[in-house]
Amino acid sequence: MSRDYQAVLEKFQGEQKELIPILQSVQEEFGYLPEDCFEKIAEYIGIPDSSVYGVATFYAQFHFSPRGKYIIRMCRGTACHVKGVSKAADKMRELLGIDVGETTSDYKFTYEEVACIGACGLAPVMMINDRTYGKLTPDKVEEIIESYKEPVEA
Amino acid sequence: MSAINLTIDGQQVEVEQGSTILDAAQKVGVEIPTFCHDPELARLGACRICVVEVEKARALVAACSAPAGPDMVVHTDTDRVRKARNIILRLILANHSLECITCEKNGDCKLQDYCYQYGVESSDFVGAVKEVPLDDTNPFIVRDMNKCILCGRCVGRCQNIVGAGAIDFINRGFTSNVGTAFGDPLEDSSCVFCGVCVDVCPVGALSAKARLGKGRAWEVEQVETVCPYCATGCKVDLHVNEDDEIVDASADEEVGINQGKLCARGRFGWDFTRHEHRITKPMVKEDGVYVEIEWEEALEMVAERIQEVESNFGAEAIGGLASSRVTNEEIYLFQKLLRSLGSNNIDHLGRYRYSTSPQTSSVLFKSGVMTGDLQKINEADAVLLVNADISQSHPVLNYQLRSAASNGTRVFSVGVEEPDVSVPAERCLVSEVGKDQAVLNGIINVILEENLINGDAANDKATLEEIKKAVDGFTPKYVEDVTGVPATDIKEVARGYANAEQPMILFNTDTFRIGAGLKSVKAMLGLAAVAGMKGVPAGGVSFLQDYNNSLGATILGAVPNYLPNFQDVSEQSARDKFGKAWETEINAQPGLSLKQMIEEAKDGNIQCMYIMGEDPISGSEDPEGVKDALENLDFLVVQDIFLSETARYADIVLPSAAFAEKLGTYINQEGRVQLGTPALDLPGDAMTDFEIVAHLAFYLGLDWPVLFVGDVFGEIASLAPAFEGMSYVSLDKIKQDPSADSWQAILNDLDELAGQDEPQMETVEAADLTYLHAKGSMTSCLAEMKKQQV
Repeated sequence: MSRDYQAVLEKFQGEQKELIPILQSVQEEFGYLPEDCFEKIAEYIGIPDSSVYGVATFYAQFHFSPRGKYIIRMCRGTACHVKGVSKAADKMRELLGIDVGETTSDYKFTYEEVACIGACGLAPVMMINDRTYGKLTPDKVEEIIESYKEPVEA
Repeated sequence: MSAINLTIDGQQVEVEQGSTILDAAQKVGVEIPTFCHDPELARLGACRICVVEVEKARALVAACSAPAGPDMVVHTDTDRVRKARNIILRLILANHSLECITCEKNGDCKLQDYCYQYGVESSDFVGAVKEVPLDDTNPFIVRDMNKCILCGRCVGRCQNIVGAGAIDFINRGFTSNVGTAFGDPLEDSSCVFCGVCVDVCPVGALSAKARLGKGRAWEVEQVETVCPYCATGCKVDLHVNEDDEIVDASADEEVGINQGKLCARGRFGWDFTRHEHRITKPMVKEDGVYVEIEWEEALEMVAERIQEVESNFGAEAIGGLASSRVTNEEIYLFQKLLRSLGSNNIDHLGRYRYSTSPQTSSVLFKSGVMTGDLQKINEADAVLLVNADISQSHPVLNYQLRSAASNGTRVFSVGVEEPDVSVPAERCLVSEVGKDQAVLNGIINVILEENLINGDAANDKATLEEIKKAVDGFTPKYVEDVTGVPATDIKEVARGYANAEQPMILFNTDTFRIGAGLKSVKAMLGLAAVAGMKGVPAGGVSFLQDYNNSLGATILGAVPNYLPNFQDVSEQSARDKFGKAWETEINAQPGLSLKQMIEEAKDGNIQCMYIMGEDPISGSEDPEGVKDALENLDFLVVQDIFLSETARYADIVLPSAAFAEKLGTYINQEGRVQLGTPALDLPGDAMTDFEIVAHLAFYLGLDWPVLFVGDVFGEIASLAPAFEGMSYVSLDKIKQDPSADSWQAILNDLDELAGQDEPQMETVEAADLTYLHAKGSMTSCLAEMKKQQV
């Protein structure tokens, strides 16, 4: 399937310095960086596709495969660790059946672990898209995931 | 620029402002180790192995990127420096396999050398080790990224010099590696397989596939010779192993026009030399089947049959075809043989890439449509490519153009399509086939209209008037209407070209295929006259040729109308000169061109042909016609390294030598005479073309002295003024016809060709630039040229 990047690209001037904003816009539009976008971007700003790919792979913010509707970011910071986030994290992986960085086959959830989300007062804590969930226990994790089984506006 | 004085290991050294500590050290012969440093790329300072101690500096500094400062006191080999380098090496080894015993790079590896020098055996930094799969699916390059030390030289050269942009740094941190987009194999990327990355890799991460297992670095002999592909004339070092095979090739960073760079052909195109289909014994056709015979028998037969034709039909029934790929000495000897027999029917095929008339090629070369100095291309501040995608035709020249472009040279292109992305053209004027002349006229028009005239013609009113007349009406608007090239682009290119201090125009034989041919050449010269001929090295117009010895074949007399050095065969004085030297009578009648020979052979007027290293069937536009002609011959002898399609029509086939098996000179497109030296033994009973022609002369009863190749070069130098004063120890650029110093002379010559080599395509109706009637310096120039002719 060939995607149309024109709408995204035409917001830019086609200059090399726009590479990262372009990558961000493409990701915003499609949820990830599809394989065929690199050549298009490379052509548009006049650098080799290997360089576009090199820059994209340098930054953790870019993704190369489709991601879930809900991005779960489990905090693995010091405070959460002390408060026992491991158990909540184990439960989460068990419930979703996926490992860190993976996406469920129905593209509903992507599970990530992050260093610290800056809400140590709520430890152990996680975020699902823009919502924060604190004081996690394995049971609470199950409850939360259950609530997402129904269609919910994120 | 002010100089800087500093001290390196106790030695005083003076360097220019902006030099690095490394530059200064190199100047006084102090060696500093480097991995990532590349003199042709931006300073990177990534690997830190070059750290040195600078007095009063807080920390060690990287010599490759730290600028030399006034009164700096630098120590390159203190305990502190040695310790730092030792740690850096151990850090590199923490993630580098120590498979030196099987590594192809063993003995030629910087990492190995430095570890030896700094006493590093292994690493005590134990941790995870990279595991990247081997990329070896392409036929040329093997990439083992587990051995990569991330110095980045391959990336820098691929992107900035070659322009392929196939590889870059991928990922980051521990997982960072050099790779293609998506980690695809090289053949699926934009890689052009030039091998430049392999040449700069300091470790065993990149190697040439052909070399694997074919010999250790110390078992391989490197022989410097001249690349046999395009007319750039790169110097190449052939790596020959103990089995007498070329296993690899490289180029010396300080030698020749290419300065260490090669293209895909010159880097990897050597396997033909030991191909199983090489012919290694003379063969005679008996009942349609080739039978191997001994040399004596073969040469006797050839001589007999040639003499038979000569006595039955006259010498003019004999024709010769030389190659644009063999050496000057071979071409010279070949035409000497033909002319000694009494025939001027000599030609070479390479010429037909741009001209069917021998006059055209002689004029283009005699007057030297090579008024710029290609080695100075980096000094040009604007380069106009006309119908020339030099990334394909002359890749190494394109590398140099890219380097120049990254230093600010503006590159423009006129052609039927945008050149390959690796050509750094900022503005491309794309028009239909044959309409390039109109675009060029449009550019000239803008320069005249905006009064940007600053070339030679500025002081030559008459010529200026002629040019004005020729481009009259070619306003940008009109040119846009007839060619589709936007008027604004034409104006931009015109201004860019005219305002440059050193503007260069480059074209190749494609101008005769997709452009308006000689008409375009004249327009280019006209353009140069108004704004490009400024008496600067990187100016003028340069004609890039196809073959390694295109120029040699023409200048050494493989053309029907000229003896060597364009000495006209119809002139008594020229015939006397050569006749005396060769102890023979030279036929006063200019001979037949290849095209004419083919026609005459069909009519039975050419009975015998002698073809040296050329394949007119596959190289001609009319293969069937050539076949008919060859079939109709009484006798055909072909000498070649393979049984080419043409050779299959021969009565006798003689096995000759490939370029790597012989000694001799070649002339590159700029007129640089370069010596090729043998790297390989001759296969089987093969002989060099030189030896074959010399032996044949003996069998034909010509009383030639027994000569060494170098002696023949001496003979050439004594008869051809262009080579005056040259010998194998003092090779130089050939001297051009003195009257050709001025572009007017070239235009005059071209005028005489009016109506010849007309392109077979629709061109924009335009008055031809005519200079013959120009007054003033033009006429005196013409008179001068006539006077100079020998």
